[in-house]
Amino acid sequence: MKSLLAQHHELSDSGRQLQLLDNVVYASGITSFRQKLDTLGFYPLKSTAVEILQVNIGKMCNQTCRHCHVDAGPDRREIMTRETMEQCLQVLQTSAIPIVDITGGAPEMNPHFRWFVEQCSSLGVKVMNRCNLTIILANKNYHDLPEFFARHKVELVSSLPFYNADRTDRQRGEGVFDTSVKAIQMLNAVGYGKEESGLILNLVYNPGGAFLSTGQQVLESQFKKVLHDQYAVVFNNLFTITNMPISRFLDYLVSSGNYESYMEKLQAAFNPATINGLMCRNTISVGWDGHLYDCDFNQMLDLKIGSNHAHHISHFNMTDLKHREIIISQHCYGCTAGAGSSCGGEVVK
Amino acid sequence: MKTYYNPDDLKKFGDIADFDKPLADQFFRWYGDVFSEGALTAREKSLIALAVAHAVQCPYCIEAYTEDTLAKGCSEEQMMEAVHVAAAIRGGSSLVHATQMMNKAKALTM
Ligand code: SF4
Ligand code: SF4
Repeated sequence: MKSLLAQHHELSDSGRQLQLLDNVVYASGITSFRQKLDTLGFYPLKSTAVEILQVNIGKMCNQTCRHCHVDAGPDRREIMTRETMEQCLQVLQTSAIPIVDITGGAPEMNPHFRWFVEQCSSLGVKVMNRCNLTIILANKNYHDLPEFFARHKVELVSSLPFYNADRTDRQRGEGVFDTSVKAIQMLNAVGYGKEESGLILNLVYNPGGAFLSTGQQVLESQFKKVLHDQYAVVFNNLFTITNMPISRFLDYLVSSGNYESYMEKLQAAFNPATINGLMCRNTISVGWDGHLYDCDFNQMLDLKIGSNHAHHISHFNMTDLKHREIIISQHCYGCTAGAGSSCGGEVVK
Repeated sequence: MKTYYNPDDLKKFGDIADFDKPLADQFFRWYGDVFSEGALTAREKSLIALAVAHAVQCPYCIEAYTEDTLAKGCSEEQMMEAVHVAAAIRGGSSLVHATQMMNKAKALTM
């Protein structure tokens, strides 16, 4: 499967995505997200701190999952340069941000990935990496990643949409489930997922279609039981997240005829209790070219941080960014439905 | 095409309160309690509901509990097994009545 960009698909254009999101809201009588926040007294939405620097180091990926909000894939060439990484390190060094969250694409495919992790780790910040698991087995240059991660105590967050091959492979590609399980076995072998080791492997569940998820705890115990009993693998926590109606998942929603009803479902499940825990409120997201966003989703929609702030990591200003106004649009319904959805799973525990 | 069942009517389920609010309120409260976590998990209850929806052949409930079982992390295999349980009970309950037919036939024939 090719990325939307390689297909010259209209939804590879972020402006078109935003337009479509607005259209469905106005046409089907759904309250706009801004209106919703306004009514409840949450507008404008403000950040509370900058505790996480999420760095998207490239759109290149060995997979082409159908739900990918990045539109990543083997055909994407956007990759963060070492110079931009140095600017991120500079920020980490001077700003006392305690966590760096590395994402992609498959971050490991960036040639400077290991160097970046080493530098972050030597600064004493906690390093998180969004590893898609299969990259570990993609070719022999990656086989030693588990030891590398363990050496730097990198916390891993890895998507595994379901505890069986059928639904996982439909969403992420043929053979992904089996390869992911092998990768977890390799990670377990160096201590990942085992309580006593302190090496954290968290898995991420997201629904395999146009429905929402309920009950992170229940799903976590199911995942743990099946993966342990059938494949003898272990992990720490399961994060359940909602599929965002953007990019390739938006394409799926439209082409499967589920788009309107999905947006209705998201808005019907809007939960004001999620607002305090939204990830945009304590995160800054850095794009592969150094531009700054409120979150990875805004990044993919090219919604840069508010207009009166410098937009690039080279002009990072903590005082300016700490209590900035967050840019919102209709896709934010994805983060606020039900128990909420963030990089760390449910927002309301 | 006009049909008796309109998928949009499922969203209007709450409107039954328009004609009798006190009874509807009681029903929805009871319904909520029935499906909450108890001696059976909410997931098990959802699978039971899916099976019963097929037994009573309610298209609204089939749609609602297909989505609910998916949301609760059930696999397609588990959902289909639940429907087979409903089908087996339906088929079996017809067949077990054959004993009555057989009793009567035996009584009437030489
Ligand atoms: S969802 Fe993750 S693994 Fe899949 S294509 Fe996107 S970046 Fe790659
Ligand atoms: S998509 Fe989610 S994280 Fe991003 S700005 Fe909207 S609510 Fe915040």
